[in-house]
Parts: sequence; C-alpha cells; structure tokens
Amino acid sequence: MTNAIKLVALALVAIFAAIAANYARDLAYMVNMLVVMLAASVTFIYTLRKTDEDRDLRDLSGEYMDGVVRYGVIATAFWGVVGFLAGVFIAFQLAYPVLNFDWAQGYLNFGRLRPLHTSAVIFAFGGNALIATSFYVVQRTSAARLWGGGLGWFVFWGYNLFIVMAALSYVLGGSQSKEYAEPEWYVDLWLTIVWVAYLAVFLGTIIKRKEPHIYVANWFYLSFIVTIAMLHVVNNLVIPVSIFGGKSVQVMAGVQDAMTQWWYGHNAVGFFLTAGFLGMMYYFIPKRAEKPVYSYKLSIIHFWALIFLYIWAGPHHLHYTALPDWASTLGMVFSIILWMPSWGGMINGLMTLSGAWDKLRTDPVIRMMVIAVGFYGMSTFEGPMMSIRAVNSLSHYTDWTIGHVHSGALGWNGMITFGALYYLVPKLWNRKEVYSLSMVSWHFWLATIGIVLYAASMWVTGIMEGLMWREVDANGFLVNSFADTVAAKFPMYVVRGLGGVMYLAGAIVMCLNLWLTVKKQPAEKTVHGLVPAE
Amino acid sequence: MSDDLKQKHGTTGHSWDGIEELNTPLPRWWLWTFYATIVWGIIYTVLYPAWPLVNQATAGILGYSTRAEVAERIAEVETANAGINEQLASVELTEVAADPELNQYAVSAGASVFQTWCAQCHGSGAAGAVGYPNLLDDDWLWGGSIEDIHYTVTHGIRNEDDWDARYSAMPAFGRDELLEPEQIDAVVNYVMSLSGTPQDASLVEEGAVVFEENCVSCHMEDGTGDREQGAPNLTDAIWLYGGDYETIHETVENARFGVMPNWGERLSEAQIRAVATYVHQLGGGE
Repeated sequence: MTNAIKLVALALVAIFAAIAANYARDLAYMVNMLVVMLAASVTFIYTLRKTDEDRDLRDLSGEYMDGVVRYGVIATAFWGVVGFLAGVFIAFQLAYPVLNFDWAQGYLNFGRLRPLHTSAVIFAFGGNALIATSFYVVQRTSAARLWGGGLGWFVFWGYNLFIVMAALSYVLGGSQSKEYAEPEWYVDLWLTIVWVAYLAVFLGTIIKRKEPHIYVANWFYLSFIVTIAMLHVVNNLVIPVSIFGGKSVQVMAGVQDAMTQWWYGHNAVGFFLTAGFLGMMYYFIPKRAEKPVYSYKLSIIHFWALIFLYIWAGPHHLHYTALPDWASTLGMVFSIILWMPSWGGMINGLMTLSGAWDKLRTDPVIRMMVIAVGFYGMSTFEGPMMSIRAVNSLSHYTDWTIGHVHSGALGWNGMITFGALYYLVPKLWNRKEVYSLSMVSWHFWLATIGIVLYAASMWVTGIMEGLMWREVDANGFLVNSFADTVAAKFPMYVVRGLGGVMYLAGAIVMCLNLWLTVKKQPAEKTVHGLVPAE
Repeated sequence: MSDDLKQKHGTTGHSWDGIEELNTPLPRWWLWTFYATIVWGIIYTVLYPAWPLVNQATAGILGYSTRAEVAERIAEVETANAGINEQLASVELTEVAADPELNQYAVSAGASVFQTWCAQCHGSGAAGAVGYPNLLDDDWLWGGSIEDIHYTVTHGIRNEDDWDARYSAMPAFGRDELLEPEQIDAVVNYVMSLSGTPQDASLVEEGAVVFEENCVSCHMEDGTGDREQGAPNLTDAIWLYGGDYETIHETVENARFGVMPNWGERLSEAQIRAVATYVHQLGGGE
C-alpha cells in the first residue's frame, strides 16, 4: 500500500519535472529539472522492482542502522576530494588567470567555480560528514536504532540530490548571489524538506533512546540541525519570478538583507562548522582515546554559552558599512565574549587526552584529532580578534579572511572529519584497524604542512594588501592602486596553491587507505545488537 | 593523569557507549577570562553606540560614530591641502611645473587620482592596454601638451555625457560596404607597409590608391595622422589595437570607437589639474 502511494508520488514528480524542464526559462533550472526527473524515475523503477518481493519482516529494532552511515562515509570522502580539487584549481586560477580558459568562459571561470568549491567543501563534504557521524553517534549514545525506518535513507539521498542540483546550478549560472546560500529557491525548498526529515530522524532517535540522559554530542548535533533550519528558511525568503525558472525577488532589501545574510553566514560557521563538528569531537575523541570526557560541567556551560552568543555575532562581517554602528558594536562585543565558550570545547577535547598523551606518538588518528582541536582553538581566537573594529579595518576584504576561514575549515573541520573517518571505516566494515597507520601518518603531515603553507601565505598577503590599501603619502594621498596589490600577492598565491595541492594529496592517500581497509583487511567477527551502557 | 582526575573528581555516574564524563570543575582561568570578557563587553557597550531601544539605539558616552570618524579624517586632509589645492586650481596650467612645491604636490595628488580612476583602463603603470593608449610615450592621439591632456581628462572622448567631448568616428568601410573586400585587403597591406612588412607585398601598390582615395583626409597623405581628429599616426609602429593583419583588417572593416568618460563631472578642478600634471610628466609630455 505504501509502495503504491510512493509510486504515484514519484510518477507525479517525474512528470512535473519533465513539464518544468520543457517550459524552463533558464538553463540551470532545465538541467536540474531533468536531474529531478531522472532521480524520480530511477527511484520509481527501484521501488517497482521491489514491490513483489516478500517484505522483510525481521525485527531490526535491536540492530543499528549502519548502511546509511556507510554510504555517508563514502560520500564524505568523495565530496572531500571533489571540493579540495576545485579549491586547488581556483587557487591557481587566481595565481595564473590564464587558467580561466576562453573556451570555458561562463562555465569554469573563477566566478562560477568559487561557489562550487565552497559548497562542495562546506555542504557536500562537511554536510555528509555531519549527517553520517550524527546518525552513527546518536544511535550508539542513545542505544536505539535510527528512527523513521527508511527516512534516514531519504535524508542521505535527498541531501546528495540537493548537492548535485546546487553544483550544476553554479556552473550553469543559477545563483541568487548570497554567499554560502547561492542555491535558488527550488533547490532551497528541496533542502528544507530534506532538513525537516533529518530533524525528525535525529529527534525521533533521541526520543526513543534507552539511555536516561542525552549525551553531550547530541546536544551539539541537535542545536546544529535546528538552527540551520531556521537560518536557511529566513535567509532564503524570496518570491519566485516564475515557477518554471530559478530567478526570484528577495523579501528583504538593502542593509536588512545584508544583515540577514551575515546573520545566516556567520551562524552557518557557528552551527554548521562549529557546533556540528563539536558534536563529532565529543564522541570520536573520547572513543578513540578511550578516556572519559574531561569535564561535564565545562561541556554544559560552554554549550549554552556558545549557542546563545554565536547567534549575535553576525554583524562583525559588516563593520564600516551601511549597517548602523550599534549593530556593529554588538556584533563585535558578542564575538569577543564568544572566545571562552569556544575554547571550552578545545579544553574539553584536549584534556580528555590527559593520561593518554603517549597516544599522540603511537596513534596518528589521535594526532589528527588533536591537531584539529588545536586549529579549532587557533581560529576561534583569531575570529574574535578579527571582529574588533580596528583590526577589521585592516583585515576586512583581504586574504587574511581567506586564511582564517581555511585554518578553520582545513585544520578543524577537515582534520576532525578525517579522524572520524579513520575511526568509522574499520568499525562500519568490521575491520580491526585501518589498512595502514603509516599512510595515516603521511596524510597527517601532508595535510598539516599544507595548512601551514596555506594559512601563513594568506596572513602575509592579507596583512600586506591591507597595509598597501591604506598606505598614504605625506599629503594624505593613497599610494597604491588595487592592481598593484594584486601583483604584489602573486608569489604568495603560488605558495597557497601548493599548500592546497598537499592537502588534496593527503586526502587522496586517505581514500586509498580507507579503500584498502575495506578491501584488504580481514573481517572481524560481527557483533550485532545495541546494548545500553549501564 | 585522567585516572587521577577520575579519582579526584569522579564521574557523572553515567556512561554512553562506553564514554564517561568527569565531574571536573570549570578551569579557573577559563571562568575568570570569560567573566572578564563579559565585564569588558558591558563597559564597551556603555562607551560606544550599542543597545537598540524603541526609536533609536544608545549612542554611547564617548559619542563615537564610524561615519564621523571617516568624515573627520577626510576633513583633516582637506584642510591641510586646502591652500595648495586652491593655488593649483587657479594658477596658469603651464606654470605648475615651474613651481617645485606645487609640482611635487600635483604629481603625488595626480598619481593618487590616477590609481583610483584611471588605472582600470590605462594600467597602474600607465602603460595602457589593447584599446587604451599608453601614456608613457610621446605618441599622442589628441595632443600631449598639458592643456591638451587637461581638456581630454575634463571632457573625455566620444562619450554622450559631455557636448565638448573630443569626437571623431572612423567609417566602418567593410560593414557599411564603402569598400570592396579586395580593396580592404589591399589597403590593410598598404598600411602595414608604412611601418614594416606587409603580409602580401604585391597588394601594396593597389592599397596606396585605396588609401589615397579614402583615408588621407584624416590620416594625412603620409599616414602620420591628425591630432585635431584623433586620427592615429600609422607610420610609427605603435598600435592602439594591434598591428597584425587580422587586427588592422578588423579596424578597417568595422572601425573602432574608443570612449573615455568626462571626468569634469566627477573630479574637482584641482584633481583634474593634478592628474594632467601627473600624466604630462610620465615621459611623453610636450
């Protein structure tokens, strides 16, 4: 019966998508509707072929649902490499503009690929990592199977469909020009549906948990899911021009729109890249180190302080603009008060290793997680510092911002995710350990040196161009043209690109290692079933 | 050490998937730094504009405003330069170079104006680009005296915003069918021969005839051009769009129509004089 409803729904979606593609007013919309049609048709056929199979009536409630996590892990690794590759390419496009090939103008030039890079890394790599690990962690720490039956699978496939549509849009020119919120209204709507399903699966699992308390990692994951839903909906309030086209008119205008955008943008960093990944840290570090979490008290205080304070910090992206001074002051003040709550997570992560510091020497996976926490600490110090108006007047619009973002993204988000993947793959495929710890070590050093090259070169160019922009002569006249500063940055752009190459190389070594883990390592005896801890 | 911590502080008494949590109290330094940032935050919001109220926000007891700060700094520089700016705007243009102090001021002010408004097309080093003249050499389209440069900057070239803009238009000999394709082929070879090697030497003679009948009224008999009409010198191997066969062919076929804005609308007289002085002293000034 449910299958019949599903088939009718899928058929309707496929037919509507075909009609929409036919009447499409822009290329991005047309291609995406064809993708939707294809996805709905494939799912239709898949469902149809299954209808006369006997229904699996086994009671699975006593087992973890790990299939979707396995897919999530593969997607994370895949999108990671795609995102890093795009990043390396656009880094070299900046150093060598000739790489904006004439034949690919309007498709593969920097302007089109830049959102592809940021979205691939943040939403495809980071998002899949968050969904996969949250599904894994919430089941283990709640001692409950994922709620909602196949809904978890819908979240995984639905989210990746969102990513494919977003990526195709950018390359084909479909963008609403809001940083980190580029997808147009129909892609946004689809993500909203998927996200509500994600919230339902996660919350459903927590509600039916067999543990008396909710583990700290799950607070962070839940705050991430809830807040991202709110941010996404509010920042994307638009009125479509046509149901058959991507263009829309935004509801808010002028400085209100700018403020909404950076309220969204900053909290995408705060809740997607910080809170969500702290959830990851709170599970994988104590598990891998086999040590208790350092301080429950710290975790609860820094959690509430973090989520209360982060939401106010957005205006620091708009210092010295049309934004009223009072909003800019508040953004700055809350950013600085946010410093200690952010560091609470770092302390809890690092101090959890007390008594296990020797593992830094023997276990490169732990080393990876620790350096992730280190970079987290560094960028959550750098961030508040850059939010100070006086510092911001030098750093804003320069490469320093790019360096800051990447020490956070490559150092914190990337490294903690790699650590989680090295932990998860052997567990999910029932292997004792990853194929090669020395390959993990290679990955660690490639990535770390890559990040150092990246961050250091961007500090140098950022501060240099900031100083060049404000340089005045004795009569008060500006000395440098914008083009002078661009020319001066060239050597550092090459260094940055090389850092990116190293980071990408490390990720490829990881993929190979994880693949060999599944392929070459002998399978362990499987232990099914979920056991609540005492 | 964590075993010590466990003995010292104990755990919360619960475990999730084997993970326990210690009851360690908040690190003192962490807590006090947190308090300190909060206290600092409260003080800062009293000093600076911060808290939104019903109709407006608190202004802060320091009376600070980013706009006022910028305005103040601009006013500072403007006051400091007011005297010399007035002098620059009123003195005879040709006299500027004679007064070392005024000249030095005009050149550095002009450089700044140039880097802000002119570098986009003419390059930050003023060496130009395809379609945008090099300002370092003495090959001028509309004249290289300080007055000529001043006029060009003030009114611009071929724009629709200033009736006094410098204006001329080359006919599109091919597109408007003023010449046959063979004639264009020939005249392009002739033009190439004026400064170097034609692509096809056998067409030069025929091209000279076409040139004589169609081009000399602007580019002159000898091809050295006419500054009154902004007609380029075709004999000096300096090209605005390029001197290869294809580019010259394109120029004859479809003509060119380079535009420059009238900066008189946007810049003050002192700024225009400054940038004219700057360009004039770059190397090619007459």
